[in-house]
Amino acid sequence: MEQKRVAELKEIARNVRIGIIDAVHSAASGHPGGSLSSADLMTYLYFEELNVDPADPEMADRDRFVLSKGHCSPALYSVLAHRGYFEVEHLKTFRKTTSNLQGHPDKNKVPGVDMSTGSLGQGVSVACGMALAAKLDNSSRRVWALVGDGEAEEGQVWESAMFAAHYNLDNLCYIIDWNGLQIDGAIDDVIGPAPFDTKFAAFGWNVVFCDAHDFNSIEDAFSAAKACKGKPTVIIAKSTKGKGVSFMENQASWHGSAPNAEQYAVAINDLKA
Amino acid sequence: MAYKIGEKIATRDAYGAALVEIGNENENLVVLDADLAAATKTGMFKKAHADRFFDCGIAENNMIGAAVGLALSGKVPFASTFAMFAAGRSYEQVRNSIGYPHANVKIGATHGGITVGEDGATHQCLEDFALMRTVPGMTVICPADAQEARLAVKAAYETPGPVYLRFGRMAVPVLFDEDYKFEIGKGVKLVDGTDVSIIANGVEVEQALLAAEALKAEGISASVINMATIKPLDTELVIAEAKKCGCIVTVEEHSVIGGLGGAVAEALCETYPVPVVKVGTEDCFGRSGPAKELLSKFGLDSAAIVAKAKAAIALKK
Repeated sequence: MEQKRVAELKEIARNVRIGIIDAVHSAASGHPGGSLSSADLMTYLYFEELNVDPADPEMADRDRFVLSKGHCSPALYSVLAHRGYFEVEHLKTFRKTTSNLQGHPDKNKVPGVDMSTGSLGQGVSVACGMALAAKLDNSSRRVWALVGDGEAEEGQVWESAMFAAHYNLDNLCYIIDWNGLQIDGAIDDVIGPAPFDTKFAAFGWNVVFCDAHDFNSIEDAFSAAKACKGKPTVIIAKSTKGKGVSFMENQASWHGSAPNAEQYAVAINDLKA
Repeated sequence: MAYKIGEKIATRDAYGAALVEIGNENENLVVLDADLAAATKTGMFKKAHADRFFDCGIAENNMIGAAVGLALSGKVPFASTFAMFAAGRSYEQVRNSIGYPHANVKIGATHGGITVGEDGATHQCLEDFALMRTVPGMTVICPADAQEARLAVKAAYETPGPVYLRFGRMAVPVLFDEDYKFEIGKGVKLVDGTDVSIIANGVEVEQALLAAEALKAEGISASVINMATIKPLDTELVIAEAKKCGCIVTVEEHSVIGGLGGAVAEALCETYPVPVVKVGTEDCFGRSGPAKELLSKFGLDSAAIVAKAKAAIALKK
């Protein structure tokens, strides 16, 4: 990728992160940690990869994106806003009683949201069905699903992995946001869902690694996913929970809590630096 | 196609046949199953349209999600397994993945109720009406015979939004001819009476008709209503029957908690309260045995309905 484009994407991702913090701070609740760890991945998806049109969110042959880790809605909403689906200022209504921006995304309330998610392990199965439908339609549209590393503890993720491999869904790609932390602590201490590579490989998947905060690395992984024929791909994206906000980085405690006014100022300052 | 009155055929067989029939005309109909195609009768569709049949293996929760993905992409998926697993194991997938986005998924749940028979309690779902009708926007249907099952599958296909269809394992007589009209949300009055109204569905409609005959011989005039749609409930008909008869007996192959009886009682207690006596399985699990014997053992046969009808009439005084 050209240096200039990398710089542009970095700038977009910086603004996406500011939107995340604005949303969570305004709501005084929400999930900043995983939103920040997946912000670059979602920025890449919506600004480089997906064939979508903010003016026509239901465009028939658009690519699909399923945020299977639905609690990272602040990142999805912020990316959608910056991509032009709605006003960036609207992010500040997040989680408010009169807002369409639910704590977990509702496809019938927000333009650009392809599936309502929140209960972990369910979005991936829906992504499988979407990919199967694309095959039935002989369509070249692709389906991408962002999966939490902790989410991979759900048995349904592995049911879906069996299904996608059995039906040769090479138009499907899971991206695992491997930030290593979940609510109760380090994923390895909680129950140990890793290693993801050998598990997915054993299920018949193509496995690719990337650095979730390096756009060139993300691009390489996405290219590898699209080049693979006959089986689905999982991108294991090594990320930093809370990425970009000094006091949130690598802290499980910021999985699902909002910054107060003082912390908010520090966070915005960090992101604008 | 029409079924012959009196011919014995399970509603699950009519389900499989209807899928083939509708699938012949509609390319967007797809079918998913969880390793039970021979039992749910979706195997008939698999034979006719292998390219649109997807076995998901013994992984019901993923099947529900995959059906949603297909529905959101313009297909009309029928996802099938036993009622126990569709409504029970996958309750939360049905609620959050189908119900919340109001996805156009049809759940074809077979082997509902006690008449599963010999497989016993773990496979006898007596709670699915209760579970499914709590999901906002979910339509819940339990047809009485093969003819109604065929029409219900057609109606489900043609009606946008989530539908839960419960079919039975046991062969039951065909009650309705080809002129029978089925409409989602409408009960059908099979017998008009004035002393008590028996509101039934599924295999219990046959028992209700037998009970009405027995009551008639004793000089008691009983209505029989086939209430195939549990949700949305035909409250207009329920209230009209309550006003005319002054008491109701509900009859279902389901727990007395939260099913058809619960729905009818809820509707009446807020509009026109009259005694409602429920025939169903009590707060208990099923057990192994031949289906017919279990209907008697669990108080679901016509004799039990007759006794409850008399109890309901006594409560009027």
